[in-house]
Amino acid sequence: MSDRADSHEEPAEDDEPETDGGLQAHTVRLELVDEPGELLRTLEPIAERGANLLSIHHERGNITPRGHIPVEVDIECPPDRFEGIVDALREAGVNVVQAGANRYGEEVNVVLVGHLVETDLSDTLSAIEDSPHTSVIDLSLAAPEGMDAVSSARVRLAVNTGRAEDALATVREIADAKEFCVVEPLPGGET
Amino acid sequence: MRLAILGAGAVGRSVADLAPEYGHEVVALADSSSAVVDPDGIAVDAALGRKDGGDALGASDPEDVFETDYDVLIEATPTTLGEAQPGFSHVERALADDRHVVLANKGPVAERYEELRALETESAGSIRFEATVGGAIPVCSTIEDCTPQSVSAVRGVLNGTANFILTRMAAEGLGYEHVLAEAQDLGVAEADPTFDVDGTDAALKFVILANVLADGGFSLDDAEVTGIQDIPGSALDLAAEDGLTIRLIGEATREGVRVGPRLVPENGALAVTGTRNIVQIETKNAGSLHNSGRGAGGPETATAVLSDVGRLPLR
Repeated sequence: MSDRADSHEEPAEDDEPETDGGLQAHTVRLELVDEPGELLRTLEPIAERGANLLSIHHERGNITPRGHIPVEVDIECPPDRFEGIVDALREAGVNVVQAGANRYGEEVNVVLVGHLVETDLSDTLSAIEDSPHTSVIDLSLAAPEGMDAVSSARVRLAVNTGRAEDALATVREIADAKEFCVVEPLPGGET
Repeated sequence: MRLAILGAGAVGRSVADLAPEYGHEVVALADSSSAVVDPDGIAVDAALGRKDGGDALGASDPEDVFETDYDVLIEATPTTLGEAQPGFSHVERALADDRHVVLANKGPVAERYEELRALETESAGSIRFEATVGGAIPVCSTIEDCTPQSVSAVRGVLNGTANFILTRMAAEGLGYEHVLAEAQDLGVAEADPTFDVDGTDAALKFVILANVLADGGFSLDDAEVTGIQDIPGSALDLAAEDGLTIRLIGEATREGVRVGPRLVPENGALAVTGTRNIVQIETKNAGSLHNSGRGAGGPETATAVLSDVGRLPLR
């Protein structure tokens, strides 16, 4: 290829096609308080920063254990602006559960076993959500022996990338205090 | 090599049985009360026949084993915790006599690893203990081949009884007590399955692996251990909703040892079924290696002992 390099054509970097800002699609998962105007308040920081709104999926029928409404917003913007938009949403007090592919968010499943109902399940879930960067996005409860016996719950958490260990530590603490058994996921390795 | 075998349980007997196949000779075999010793090789079948008939294994005292001209002591007495006696003293004595030792007994390697290594340094003999972890599965030797410093973690299933119980609970939707009783009927679980279901047995193996990775520093007290006794069938059902299942998983790193019920992908490598065992060796430069197979049983564990004998330097 050396003869090519020697030829006096256009330098290589000028051959690069000009990018038009490199628009990229991003998915942001939010949890909104069920109050009038909440959705609009969320869309403002997105519009102000020049992102194109591609779609909004407002999951009214899928209310979280804390009574929040999950909303999935697809936007299109240059990659360097995305982080600013997420920051602006957070500054505006919007609960961002997940932003981008795996950049901000990861999901963690745990199974809790114990006297979950008697020890106030909603208090347990609130305590988990008090952990920074952690949000409960799904819950299944199985109490085949009745609510006052040992029951199991699968709790799916959305946590910020790199925060899974913190979130699990919080779950462990709560479980210790309430005498649950926690079945944690196994991180690492190729499965 | 000339083998002196301490312990005539499932493993000790199988080592004696299989030794000739691997080119070795058994010159002594002892249980806790008697021994059979012959510098020209003992008659294994006859000795075990006597034991099965309720008689003494042989006319000699177990102490006489140490006076025999042997190359390798096979320590296959039952695992004990804490001081790990009498296994530890057996190893100490053989090393003091500059003999090699191959252990199937987890106690000394899990509880007194640094002391074992110190004794080995003073001796012309060396110690090996492949059989203490994962029965027939080459775990220690795989780590040795990778070199311990290039292995960041070892995870997996190293208790067949607990794995059998969880597998059956998930597959049949049965409760813990029911499946445990079934496992005892099948001979998969012992009459007293405590150490299998409370995680102690798996923890000992992962403590040994942490010692291999970090060159010592761990004993059972350093392990964080949770058993499977409190896992109801409903927990397995919930896990299955997400394509997950629950297994008793151990983890050994240089930072510590943890054993407990964990969520793993239902179709993932670690979700082995029945009594099968598996280890995932996470390497720094080559991703993960998975070794799976039979983690217990007399002949299975004996093959690990005899492979170790084959790795020893000639005396």
